[in-house]
Amino acid sequence: MDKKIFIEPIFLKNPITVLVLGICSALAVTTKLEPAIVMALSVTIVTGFSSFIISLIRNTIPNRIRIIVQLVVVAMLVILVDQILQAYAYEVSKQLSVFVGLIITNCIIMGRIEAFALGNKPIPSLIDGLANGFGYGLILVALAFVRELFGSGTLYGIQIIPLSWYSANGGFYENNGFMILPPAALILVGLIIWVQRSFTKELIEK
Amino acid sequence: MQDLVNLFVKSIFVENMVFAYFLGMCSFLAVSKSVKTATGLGVAVIFVLVVTLPVNYLIYKYVLTAGALAWLDPSFADLDLNFLSFIIFIAVVASITQLVEMIVEKFSPSLYNSLGIFLPLIAVNCAILGGSLFMQERGYDTLAQATTYALGSGVGWALAIVSLAAIREKLKYSNIPAPLRGLGITFIVVGLMGIAFMSFMGIKL
Repeated sequence: MDKKIFIEPIFLKNPITVLVLGICSALAVTTKLEPAIVMALSVTIVTGFSSFIISLIRNTIPNRIRIIVQLVVVAMLVILVDQILQAYAYEVSKQLSVFVGLIITNCIIMGRIEAFALGNKPIPSLIDGLANGFGYGLILVALAFVRELFGSGTLYGIQIIPLSWYSANGGFYENNGFMILPPAALILVGLIIWVQRSFTKELIEK
Repeated sequence: MQDLVNLFVKSIFVENMVFAYFLGMCSFLAVSKSVKTATGLGVAVIFVLVVTLPVNYLIYKYVLTAGALAWLDPSFADLDLNFLSFIIFIAVVASITQLVEMIVEKFSPSLYNSLGIFLPLIAVNCAILGGSLFMQERGYDTLAQATTYALGSGVGWALAIVSLAAIREKLKYSNIPAPLRGLGITFIVVGLMGIAFMSFMGIKL
């Protein structure tokens, strides 16, 4: 049972490619690996712990004001993450700019709270939240890997494509500038969905 | 006046919420199946943005920025409440959407019937909170600027969702490879629209 909660969000019910949640930030922070990894970690932590906390108090929240209660819990966690990032990883937090704040409205978090944490015990909710964050992070890292490698020729800031290959140094290679632009992220996600669905037939839409 | 017009045009086309920053993507993809509902959501987003952004601007300027509380008491001059901005902004957005919903329901039932189902959705639309955060980060320093930016980015978002809905209505009749149907092709179409919108980038305003 517990295993299923953890495995499903990573592939069959991946929040980005199957449930279409949390796309907003997934695309904007993936031009480089470093911000993508930091973002993935932050979202995983916030999703896990917000599910856990909401699940702890699920029986005392009045139904009518549950959205506000959820937002307050999530916003508190995001403020903590933001302050920690500003203190220990200032450069990355500048690169992520508004997208740290936008974790609050990341649909994965609200989606998991509404769909899972409100009806389940704290520990499974924590696992479910973490697993969804992990599934989200997986797509983020995959996107950032492709975009940074082909867009800037580096991975995590380290030069991968040999400098002597570049046409500026008399070689034949040129970075694909399109990869860094916003539309490339959308098209890459489209392609990932295409590949995933050709392997798992039950996901194909009519 | 001229820079307000510039800001307006810039926030619609050059810095489009959807194509340049991917804000409000979740509802953008989920509610763009028909032009009619897309228009409804688009109008609702413009409306809520234009109401929330000036309110957040005033709160930010007179309560949250460093030294903003000096008007209350000189000893507050070095108080910086910036770290509270996320929670305050989201609380303002959530309560104003609730308020707007109740007002619209009371005074214009016909508008409520067409917008009603979208209003609760908007509280968690990243475009709304994103608008406030961008306002804070870019430091728009007059109320007029903040309002113009809200209107411009709202119109840009509405324009994007209505045009995507129009394309998706046509797409129903095309023969798309089965695994790409639905979500996959939508992403690629949005990417292509993004490329088209990038042609505005060269414009210096």
